[in-house]
Amino acid sequence: MCAAPSAPPARSWDADPILVVDHLSMRFGGLIAVNDVSFRAGRGDVTAVIGPNGAGKTTVFNCITGFYKPTAGRLALNHGGPATAVELDAVTAAGESWTRTGKGAVYLLERLPDHRVASWAKVARTFQNIRLFSGMTVLENLLVAQHMSLSETGLLSPAALLGLPSWQRKQKGAVDRAVYWLEKTHLIQRADDPAGDLSYGDQRRLEIARAMCTGPVLLCLDEPAAGLNPRESAALNELLLSIRAEHATSVLLIEHDMSVVMEISDHVVVLEYGGKIADGTPDEVRHDPRVIASYLGVEDEEEAVAEAAATKALSAEANP
Amino acid sequence: MASADPVDATNPDAVKRTDLAQVPPARRPARREKSVVERAVSEALASGLLTFFVLLPLVGFHATESGTGSLVLDYRFGLVAVFALMVTAGRLVLNLTVWRGDGPRRSAARVPPKSVAEAEAVASPWPRLGAVASALVKPVFFGLAIAYPLIAVTLVGGLGPSRYWIDIGIYILTYVMLGWGLNIVVGLAGLLDLGYVAFYAVGAYTFALLSTSVPINDFLAGHLGEGFWTAWSFWVCLPVSGILAAFWGVILGFPVLRLRGDYLAIVTLAFGEIIRLVLINWVSLTNGGAGIASIPAISFFGIPFSSGEGGFAHMFGLPFDSMHRMIFLYFVILGLAALTALVTVRLRKMPVGRAWEALREDEIACRSLGINTTLTKLTAFAIGAMFGGFAGAFFAVRIRFVSPESFTFMESAVILAIVVLGGMGSQMGVAAAAILLIGGMEMLRNLSFLKNEWLFGPNFDPTLYRMLIFGFAMVAVMVWRPRGLVANRMPTIFLKQRKSVSGSLVKEGHG
Amino acid sequence: MEVFVQQLINGLTLGSIYGLIAIGYTMVFGIIGMVNFSHGDVFMVSAFTGLICILMLTTVLGMSSIFLILVITLVVAMIFTGLVSWTIERVAYRPLRGSFRLAPMISAIGMSIFLSNFVQVTQGPRNKPIPPMVTDVFVIMERDGYQVTLAYKQVIIMAVTAGLLLVFWWLVQKTPLGRAQRACEQDRKMAALLGVNVDRTISLTFVIGAALAAVAGVMFLMYYGVVNFADGFVPGVKAFTAAVLGGIGSLPGAVLGGLLIGLIETFWSAYFSIEYKDVAAFSILVVVLIFMPQGLLGRPEVEKV
Repeated sequence: MCAAPSAPPARSWDADPILVVDHLSMRFGGLIAVNDVSFRAGRGDVTAVIGPNGAGKTTVFNCITGFYKPTAGRLALNHGGPATAVELDAVTAAGESWTRTGKGAVYLLERLPDHRVASWAKVARTFQNIRLFSGMTVLENLLVAQHMSLSETGLLSPAALLGLPSWQRKQKGAVDRAVYWLEKTHLIQRADDPAGDLSYGDQRRLEIARAMCTGPVLLCLDEPAAGLNPRESAALNELLLSIRAEHATSVLLIEHDMSVVMEISDHVVVLEYGGKIADGTPDEVRHDPRVIASYLGVEDEEEAVAEAAATKALSAEANP
Repeated sequence: MASADPVDATNPDAVKRTDLAQVPPARRPARREKSVVERAVSEALASGLLTFFVLLPLVGFHATESGTGSLVLDYRFGLVAVFALMVTAGRLVLNLTVWRGDGPRRSAARVPPKSVAEAEAVASPWPRLGAVASALVKPVFFGLAIAYPLIAVTLVGGLGPSRYWIDIGIYILTYVMLGWGLNIVVGLAGLLDLGYVAFYAVGAYTFALLSTSVPINDFLAGHLGEGFWTAWSFWVCLPVSGILAAFWGVILGFPVLRLRGDYLAIVTLAFGEIIRLVLINWVSLTNGGAGIASIPAISFFGIPFSSGEGGFAHMFGLPFDSMHRMIFLYFVILGLAALTALVTVRLRKMPVGRAWEALREDEIACRSLGINTTLTKLTAFAIGAMFGGFAGAFFAVRIRFVSPESFTFMESAVILAIVVLGGMGSQMGVAAAAILLIGGMEMLRNLSFLKNEWLFGPNFDPTLYRMLIFGFAMVAVMVWRPRGLVANRMPTIFLKQRKSVSGSLVKEGHG
Repeated sequence: MEVFVQQLINGLTLGSIYGLIAIGYTMVFGIIGMVNFSHGDVFMVSAFTGLICILMLTTVLGMSSIFLILVITLVVAMIFTGLVSWTIERVAYRPLRGSFRLAPMISAIGMSIFLSNFVQVTQGPRNKPIPPMVTDVFVIMERDGYQVTLAYKQVIIMAVTAGLLLVFWWLVQKTPLGRAQRACEQDRKMAALLGVNVDRTISLTFVIGAALAAVAGVMFLMYYGVVNFADGFVPGVKAFTAAVLGGIGSLPGAVLGGLLIGLIETFWSAYFSIEYKDVAAFSILVVVLIFMPQGLLGRPEVEKV
């Protein structure tokens, strides 16, 4: 179905992947939403997953973030550095959901319950239809996200119940971190307002800030630019680039807005009808005839022409 | 067919009368507009007619036992007519005053009063004053609660006559505490629990069974002295009751908490009923429907409230009065309720409390942030149950008798009504609702003035109407304030300014 | 074997009554997502209306044809109970539509308290017996002196239930009202925009539910020969259990659930212990909900992320 990777050059995502998706398939009853998709997301990269509506992007996301249990496949998340194939196979065979590796740790996301994907594997996400705690204030939203760091001794720490100084210090730290992200997302003026009162663009940024407050290694954004005006969209790009530059967080995003995708991503994966049709740098993908065909929605006839052109190009490449 | 057809899409009338706020009044019928009075009269007549027919079978006829035991009918058509006329007149007056020019349907608060609440919260001309007032509410309330026995004794004039008032105080505070306990589950975590009374029952029966247990009494009498268990059982059993109730909360909660919304409500209702039915039928343990009597009375930390040597009055050099025990009970339940409130206030500011509220707002988002939703729900269930258990132990030591009759679904419904009426999540609201509902229900007990000759006559039994009015009031209050008395939510933390969150933004949970 | 057959008959009779009440719960839940807590008491009100009507027909009008009495009583009870339910919806639920989810539930609980106490005040707290109406039985099996009987009244109950269900099925599947109901279940706002009179559809749903409960009420009265103001709660809860067991929102499910609850209750009473029959019914509810939250015939709920 998907073309064999043609003579792969040394890619950053192959050398040091944070996420390795192997043969991921997801079936809902008779419907095959994702069919044998494999790709890698590089550490420190912004990886974009694009594709027409119904291509299975959000399903892939839901598998990665633990909301769906994939029908088949492996989702390995590397902390520290890439796990070796031996380590990976060992943990897979042992039926474990994670293990320490030489360089850090590896988590098999498909074996973790959804909240563990966030709390152990440190994968944070946002949602296509924004899911904020709308009746809580902006600041409270960010503190909920930090409940892990606040409650190391369990949900009901006596220190917190009695309001001891150690707890006060921790709480102060959490508020400081929230303030940092509020400043970064230009929401500091709205800190004490209910999240439900924010404008759409502000809510999008707040959702990202909330995800970042969990201290993720991988941030998954589901259509972060959807419904944003050009100015908000530019602000979003800036935010994502600064997350990449200043934090040890890799970004995986689903996006329709090509300006966002082309401007900020290092690596683009293209899905169509549940399968992967292209995978490469934005430049490569932009010129991929199958991507062009699927994105421009060409008629059958034109598609045939495009395919023929692609075949010609490929054969020309193969026999110079 | 077409005229009888309720939903003919081509029928313009159907569209026109669709009761949607979007349809502007200008698009109402093109035919001649009825004048306000005309419409008021026709609507009033319709209501009157409807009332007549609705009341006709059960008010108009009365099936009474005849001398031979079989039923015969007697008639009260006059009464039906009186009610119908009352409704007609009432509707007419309301239509001409309150609902003038607009049907009552549209006056219903379908549009959330967001802007109003916000205006109050943000743009109030005296924000400081409002903040000071709201900051004062709690201390003033608590101060009044502490001074209440003194006030009651002073106003009524003497310990003995104040018994009734102290008793009502205890009764109300028990429900305040139960409301606050259930508030953790329903108001904060957004889990609809219709079987809360089960934990109340667990607490009450735990104390009742342990305190009346002969083996424990004998064992402790041998080691710690005769009478030890009678004197100390409440203080020993109180934590045990709470812990056991919490344990039951976990046991019942674990399987059901993955259910959502109304399913959870029904399963908790079923559990509540199961526990009650087991209490009725497990006669060898619980003595069945006859209940457990002669539960030891509360002691002043080991000193019994008895008249003789070594009793409370003797120890403190007071003249003996049975009211000492009552007043002590009042302070015990006040302490327990205050504990509930304090713990809840602290918990709300802790990760677990924030997780509860976040869970109420959006469970999926919670999971994406790494919150273990099952564990979080279980803690809410267990802590809510624990306070229910404390209240149950207190109930048993106050009445000194427990039977399954006290733990019916009605109890759960009343407690839930207190929470919802108070405004979910608001402690002061819940306290106010408890005072209103329970106090009001008590007040309805003494409507003896209705027995007056020129009202209903001496044969009239006002207590019969107590629950009738109570049920009606529940409906009326919900229609009047669907979000409860205190609709706004207070944030748990703030950076610069504490602003209340309008109730229309706060979700109610779905699990 | 004989006991089994006898219990099967009794269980199906009881189950028919539960099923009729359960439809009211399931329809209201389907259309406005609300647990109509007062429905059990509407059922009790209908039994009292039936009682008054029967007394009127027998003691005052001196009618003696059982068939006519039953038919007239059924019609009268259905009309008046429908009226009561319409009024309740109008007064207690409609103003709360679209507001906070718990508000209508509390309102319904209040209405339930109001109704049972209303009947207590107007008709008195005592049990109200009627003279036995249909006493004949068929003996369908006999061995060692144990007779398996099928009472005429059981036949009447099952036949009336089956007939009404057919009418009702036609109403929901084939008429514009049924179409409007299903549209409102899917998306109330959209239905309104497409010209469905949502308020009237919801009102009619309440009326139909109440009319079916009225049939159950009259059957209950005829079967047990006695009714009390507090008789609404337990059958109400069990019928709701039945609705949930069958898959709430599903009409065949409600009937199936009703029959199952009736059977479970009678068999449990016969073979295990009569004291724990309600515990058995509730336990089944819990077990079903935990392992099969969508019920037997309900649609599974898909979690949208």
